[in-house]
Amino acid sequence: MSYIRIAKASWDGGLEKARKAYELIGPVPEKDSHKYAVLAAGQLPDMGFKSTKLSPKWVVFPQSEVMFEYTLDESKANHHILQEVPAAPGARAVIGIRPYDAKAIQLTKMNFDNKDYKDPFWLRNYERCTFVGLAINEPSSTDFSTSCGTGPFAEEGLDVLLVDAGDAFIAKVLTDKGKKFLSEAGFAEEAGADAAKAVEDLKAKAEAAITSKVSYNKIAGKTIMDLYDAPFWKDVLFGCINCGTCTYACPTCWCFDIQDEVKGTDGVRVRNWDSCMTGLFTHHASGHNPREHEWERTRQRFMHKLKYFVDKYDAGLMCVGCGRCVEQCPANIDIRTVCNTLNDF
Amino acid sequence: MADVALKIREIARELLDSEKVDVVIGFKKGTLPVMSEPTIIRKASDTKDLIWDATCRLNLCNYLTGRKDRIGIIAKGCDARNIVGHIVENKIKRDQLVIIGVPCTGMADKKVLSDLAGGEVTAYSEAGDQITVSGPAGEKTVSKADVLQSNCCTCIKRNPVIFDEMAGEPVEELSPDNRFADVEAIASMDAAAKWGYFEELLSGCTRCYACKNACPLCYCPTCFVDESRPQWVGKGTDPIDIRTYHFLRAYHCAGRCTDCGACEAACPMDIKMRAFTRKSIKDCVDNYGWETGMKEGVRPPLDTFKTDDPEAFIR
Repeated sequence: MSYIRIAKASWDGGLEKARKAYELIGPVPEKDSHKYAVLAAGQLPDMGFKSTKLSPKWVVFPQSEVMFEYTLDESKANHHILQEVPAAPGARAVIGIRPYDAKAIQLTKMNFDNKDYKDPFWLRNYERCTFVGLAINEPSSTDFSTSCGTGPFAEEGLDVLLVDAGDAFIAKVLTDKGKKFLSEAGFAEEAGADAAKAVEDLKAKAEAAITSKVSYNKIAGKTIMDLYDAPFWKDVLFGCINCGTCTYACPTCWCFDIQDEVKGTDGVRVRNWDSCMTGLFTHHASGHNPREHEWERTRQRFMHKLKYFVDKYDAGLMCVGCGRCVEQCPANIDIRTVCNTLNDF
Repeated sequence: MADVALKIREIARELLDSEKVDVVIGFKKGTLPVMSEPTIIRKASDTKDLIWDATCRLNLCNYLTGRKDRIGIIAKGCDARNIVGHIVENKIKRDQLVIIGVPCTGMADKKVLSDLAGGEVTAYSEAGDQITVSGPAGEKTVSKADVLQSNCCTCIKRNPVIFDEMAGEPVEELSPDNRFADVEAIASMDAAAKWGYFEELLSGCTRCYACKNACPLCYCPTCFVDESRPQWVGKGTDPIDIRTYHFLRAYHCAGRCTDCGACEAACPMDIKMRAFTRKSIKDCVDNYGWETGMKEGVRPPLDTFKTDDPEAFIR
């Protein structure tokens, strides 16, 4: 494992160099918070950001993505034929992605890229990305990532892990893609022999700062129907107003809805984020809705993350503990409480 | 507010013990310092969980819609006005309810608290009219009046208009100089500035619908945004669809909105969408002398027809 030292004074210049080979995506201020956005010419990421309300999942799974276009104009030879929208060209580097968000992309990969099915739209977005992560030195009080198979310094899904060490970033090179990014940026200064220890020390400190935990060791051993029919749901989820805040903020929520939108004779087929919180989610064409009541929809969200996924993939929770849903829920429905309730049931 | 919470618990316990109600709807302590969680209490022994403080932002009337049981409900001024609206619009029956009124001195704005704390609020407490928060900026104590949600600063009814029990002494009503200075400021902009203002206002909207779902007025069995046969509004991120959603929702609320602020309190993106509903409230006051939810049995102005309508064009 090699470590590169990037003096902060050379950071901006390096990104400008990297821009020749990559479209850059990074955290930028937005109103009172931050968001991940494509960086315009001359725009640099704000690496001092604390958190973002939305995860960068849109990089591989945009909130609205045009898959096909078509024309209904019968005077045209290709009318009524769906034509795939070509993939955007070139490599992308996602700068400053947090370790839990990178892990989240790996969890969703199980859904979009598996032996039965390969989602071409998700995959073409994914494959062009280099993930240049930024470790979290000071986790928030709602960060419970260490309970969820990741953590503030976790490496899974990253090509490079940057660690803020004061006047420099220490870059831990994790893959060939990561090595290429650093070389395009001209970051080549070998970090000294003490780099590994410096990273380990910061990691230990950050992990120790996380006091928020969940337990799910007993969930896999319980039967689905026992949990599904458990008597606590209605009351535990009473306050939920069924907005989609948690589903949109969640880096692992992957449900989508496909729609045709036509204007005049031109049409597109678009894939949009869906949310299990809405009444329309899985509402059958017959009119029957298997999740008729509000609490049943919320149960779906938690059962999916905390039980169905656990059983299907044997890869832990479908949750990376980023804490966004906890922070943003208007009614203070807390996945940690729900998870512990399921585990103790 | 500790006394109020004790009184709420006492009333709730009595209501459940005497089987006057099946459930009590109120707030319990949240898992985050600045949050409370709407809760339903079925047993007298659980009434100890009920709390009351300036984090009880959501409008509990939202949880009444269509219920068939007998309900005790905690209601601050705006919740009570919405309960009147719910009764008028036949969403709940008066005799199903035991309303536990709470004279309200306003709710604390989450965003203002976090600015005060210098980021994440790690501790929150109230003593009298003082609020103390801790965070990266250390511990800060301020007067509650300085951290109120903006809607609470122009509230016209802090004491519940309708109640069966009261959990505290009435508080003094506010008399703001100009309730609608904010609306007038927007109205005075030229067209381009106004457009820019609303563009900026709605930027960042993810259409999570927390605003409509936190709103007690939004109880249509199928919201127009969810209607699929025919589909009225696109579901993507096209700005036209986003604007359509906010404009139409605001119109649906005209003459019915109590300015409880639940929409803004719920918005994860800090969008101040009350700019829309405030305009309709002002128009209803100016054109019809109408204040929502003040009197039982009176239907809202856009829901009625009068032959002596002052508008000359209609004759």
